Amino acid sequence: MYRYDEFDHTIVQERVDQFRDQVSRRVSGELTEEEFRPLRLMNGLYLQLHAYMLRVAIPYGTLSSKQIRMLAHIARRYDRGYGHFTTRQNIQYNWPKLEDVPDLLADLASVEMHAIQTSGNCIRNVTADAYAGVADDELEDSRIYAEIIRQWSTLHPEFSFLPRKFKIAVSGAPTDRAAVRFHDIGLQMRQNIRGEVGFEVLVGGGQGRTPIIAETIRDFLPKQDLLSYLEAILRVYNMLGRRDNIYKARIKILVKETGRDKFAALVEEEWNRIRGGALDLHKDEINRIRSYFAPPLYELTPEPDTDYQIARRADRDFDRWCASNVVSNKQPGYGIVNISLKPAGMAPGDATADQMDVLADLAETYSFDELRVTHKQNIVLGHVRLVGLHALWQQLDAAGLATANIGLASDIIACPGLDYCNLANARSIPVAQRISERFANPDQLARIGALRINISGCINACGHHHVGDIGILGVDRRGEEFYQITLGGDPTENVAIGEVIGPAFSYDDVVDAVETIIATYETIRTIDETFAQTWRRVGVTPFKEKLYGPARH
Amino acid sequence: MALLVTNKVIKDQWHILEDDAQIDGGDNMIVSVERWQRDRDDLIACNRDLGIVLKSDQPPNLIEKDIQRFSVICLEFPKFTDGRAYSYARLLRNKYGFKGELRAVGNVLRDQLAFMLRCGIDAFEIADNVNARDWSSAFGEITVRYQGANDIANIVRPNIIPPHNDVAGNWSY
Repeated sequence: MYRYDEFDHTIVQERVDQFRDQVSRRVSGELTEEEFRPLRLMNGLYLQLHAYMLRVAIPYGTLSSKQIRMLAHIARRYDRGYGHFTTRQNIQYNWPKLEDVPDLLADLASVEMHAIQTSGNCIRNVTADAYAGVADDELEDSRIYAEIIRQWSTLHPEFSFLPRKFKIAVSGAPTDRAAVRFHDIGLQMRQNIRGEVGFEVLVGGGQGRTPIIAETIRDFLPKQDLLSYLEAILRVYNMLGRRDNIYKARIKILVKETGRDKFAALVEEEWNRIRGGALDLHKDEINRIRSYFAPPLYELTPEPDTDYQIARRADRDFDRWCASNVVSNKQPGYGIVNISLKPAGMAPGDATADQMDVLADLAETYSFDELRVTHKQNIVLGHVRLVGLHALWQQLDAAGLATANIGLASDIIACPGLDYCNLANARSIPVAQRISERFANPDQLARIGALRINISGCINACGHHHVGDIGILGVDRRGEEFYQITLGGDPTENVAIGEVIGPAFSYDDVVDAVETIIATYETIRTIDETFAQTWRRVGVTPFKEKLYGPARH
Repeated sequence: MALLVTNKVIKDQWHILEDDAQIDGGDNMIVSVERWQRDRDDLIACNRDLGIVLKSDQPPNLIEKDIQRFSVICLEFPKFTDGRAYSYARLLRNKYGFKGELRAVGNVLRDQLAFMLRCGIDAFEIADNVNARDWSSAFGEITVRYQGANDIANIVRPNIIPPHNDVAGNWSY
């Protein structure tokens, strides 16, 4: 994985010193809260409902054991013993004190981590496929380019006061596990007719109160032009994006109001002026970054994996966990292990400091010292030898981390909701907890099969409800929490935005409604039909009738 | 207002010619885009040094043909969160080759100075009561750069180009 050189260390350390000075100027009153706000936001520090919240960047979700141990230390020392992994592959701490934050950032800097640009109207942490480098379907490791973009965008002098926040995602595989169509810029690696690898550039996707699917503005961008093209997009957006209305300030609104073709023409015009210049990405530089992401030293002589097969046959729970949580690595004899942070009844994405320490140890022993955070708020060990899988599973089980539900109904994405967030209209976490308790039976989960349930506590859609098979949106109705349900959303290459099914449900009734939808799906699906396929085939009516009774004419 | 240029507070040699004021023949007038568009020929006929203010919704292409006529271009930041002028500065330096003074005016804060400098802005209108030495130190807080802008051309990595640690007052276009 990427390792800081002196250059990276200097920038992060200077940033810590700079923020320490800014905090002291705020504490002394030299800076007003209004003046301090953009400074703390550019260092990931929000003022939430009860306390400050610090969001720490995990570039493209990749962590070393040493780094996650530090995250555990921070949870113990500065927080209440846990952290929350987010849909953008970051981690959030909900209870730090302002005066502690400089020390906390210094601790992070000691393991090559920071909170730079995890909030504010700037280019945010760049996300990538959580299976990058190990997926058997990828063209190239997307983290190479995510790291290049991370460096280019860090403390960018021109793009630190954009009209609104700006999110970039990179996918190196045709199966989109990075939701590139729901980012301000999505970069989808493609091969051109000459067999060269480059990027399809998508712009203007996003969720929030106005969900929009990104549109392609360039079918193929050569790698060497990546940064100049990004600069052209950002410059056009910085100058033309709306600044009169915070709800219309994202690039998706600019692209929509300008029209895709005209927007693309503006970008191309600026790009043609600057391409081939200082931002040209040379092969040497790509290779330098690539070397950091070289595959680990896999055991090349395949051991017979009979032990693993025998264990699967002998141990039903292990077998079930393998079926849902393990996928094949492109290296024969190895698997990609997903560790669920969604045990029944718990807050999705939360991990205790002790669990983080266990994850660090297991990554060290079983996965070349490396972990990834997924946009579904789980953890991935990318390089686990099948031979050791049963032993790994036993240790996960002992730590309460062996929930076998990846991609299943209880693998719920949820935002922090009204329990933490001052934007929320309704609670998200308790709804997720109640659904996961309702669907805690492993046989039932397996029978239902793959299902995305996503919950947001307000229209800002941090819980990605627009792209759930079943999306749940918390709304406030005269001081009471209600939940609007959408069906048919899809964040992948089959991209779709969910449709509202009908009147919202109360907090008490929403879990029953979800159960009704799932039961209806189970009744009407054909063999092996996914929820999305069933939805596309039958549409809204059967679900609506079950939920609200037959339509009256 | 004080003017911070190359780490020093200096006396401002320019004055604003209001839109309704008579062209007074005095030296070093700064005019608005509206005034320029209205009285361009008269202003040129004065044969004086001229400056112009670009408001944050007035991109440089509005004065594209005349850019070299100005010695000073003021870029207005109505709120520090309005970052359009960072791009205007880069266009003025890179696209239009403007070599005169680029001056940040309006809500110019200490913690934005280094970003402005890197985009090619080289003069900063700041409140009279600020500590100029403290403000100048803002230029040197971050000494390494991940990306080229107006101060340095390339992405600077130690193993590609030698480390580049200059601060305000020592940059080139």
